[in-house]
Amino acid sequence: MGDIESENQDIENSIKELARNLLRDKEVDVIIGYTKGTVPLSSSPVFITREEDTDKLLWNNLCYVNLANYLAPRIPKLYDEEGQKLKVGIVAKGCVGRALIHLAVENQINFENIKMIGISCNGIINRKRIEKEIGEREILETSILGNSIIVKGRDFEETFPFDEYLNELCKVCKVKSPPNVDDSCVGECLENPVIEDDFNDISDFESKTSEEKWVYIKDTLSACTRCYACREVCPMCYCNLCFVDQNKPIWFGKTTDFTDIFAFHFNRAMHLAGRCVACGACSSVCPMGIDLNLITRKLEKIVKERYNFTSGMDKETVPPMMSFSMDDKEEFMMEED
Amino acid sequence: MNEITSESKQMKNTDDEWEPKILAFLCNWCSYAGADLAGVSRIQYPPNIRVVRVPCSGRINPYFIVKALLDGWDGVLVSGCHPGDCHYLTGNLVARRRFGILKDLLEFFGIEPDRVNFMWASAAEGERFAVLIRKTTKLVKKMGPNKKFEKKW
Repeated sequence: MGDIESENQDIENSIKELARNLLRDKEVDVIIGYTKGTVPLSSSPVFITREEDTDKLLWNNLCYVNLANYLAPRIPKLYDEEGQKLKVGIVAKGCVGRALIHLAVENQINFENIKMIGISCNGIINRKRIEKEIGEREILETSILGNSIIVKGRDFEETFPFDEYLNELCKVCKVKSPPNVDDSCVGECLENPVIEDDFNDISDFESKTSEEKWVYIKDTLSACTRCYACREVCPMCYCNLCFVDQNKPIWFGKTTDFTDIFAFHFNRAMHLAGRCVACGACSSVCPMGIDLNLITRKLEKIVKERYNFTSGMDKETVPPMMSFSMDDKEEFMMEED
Repeated sequence: MNEITSESKQMKNTDDEWEPKILAFLCNWCSYAGADLAGVSRIQYPPNIRVVRVPCSGRINPYFIVKALLDGWDGVLVSGCHPGDCHYLTGNLVARRRFGILKDLLEFFGIEPDRVNFMWASAAEGERFAVLIRKTTKLVKKMGPNKKFEKKW
């Protein structure tokens, strides 16, 4: 095991090589991947159609966008001049693969036209936490050196240990590479993955009293300005008419009063139950730095414990909210004493 | 819904003895008939529930419940047919999955889980209906008024 810097180099090289091969063999028409971001502490998605452009692809630990979003149904489909559907190659870390598979389960995409370039993701940096610690100062450059993150500005240079500043979801991630379905995955892929998760990371929060939880949730979510960046970046949020844009009926107000913020986040969580693939993109793009990972983890835990389901692992299992069973647990139903 | 909402706002109790207001969604085929049976059988139960008749417990969207809490109802009750007895065969089974997640999430967000209750009551169970309404009222009363969702503006 080398350090993060050399791991990144290996991943990047394998992405470039696989992308080049796929384009050369005409297996795909376009590659969706990551390239250098226009601002520091970020990376941008990029669409590549020519073999010589594959050098633009990169892997750093700031590839927080879930690329599956570009294949989700609300984005216009990719067609060539003759109106033929383009074959897409997509750089897939574990959660991108999971999102694609779950979209396929929901009959939103078809794996016929998709090739996943599987990589073994080594984690995404929690950029919001770094931004918070840098504060008002302007970040000009970020890089990975050995096992630490170097953040440079006009007159400062700070070093953050990589392990600690990983995204909370990446710390507990069990699916580093995309699961292989329909032989659509090249590179690093998981065959028939079995996931064991103990959800120890949220047990602290769960053991709090109702009042403590409310105070924490209120403190965290109050910063929300309802910009809906979390919705825009989410590969699972593809409804034609989102419930927050609905005005007949209006389910909750448009203000930033906490009651409305609560309603948004609660209903959003309800929508993502059994669908969220825990990519952490929502937290990474939040301009207010709200940590939504806690809710994400809880959703995963609920569906795992109640319905023994992990989203985006295979194409056969029907998601819990699309099915039912006579034997479902119903300990929460009220009974006569 | 809006009419009920404005009613709930008017009904702020000024008496010393605080009484909760509970919004009850009853399914048309079982629970609503069960409530009817409780009525015609002259079984006493607390007058704290306000009934909304829905075609099936599967009609209940989590929005309804959140909206009711936001609008100041002290409690929400959803009642449907027993599993296997649904008029639409599986509506209540679909609903049960939703309710399980909803209840867990409410608890996680720090809302007292007892504010939102789910029950099954068939058309023949007038007595059971009354007993469970008594129980719900007691639970909600113990928690006190729903103050978490008072709008500042």
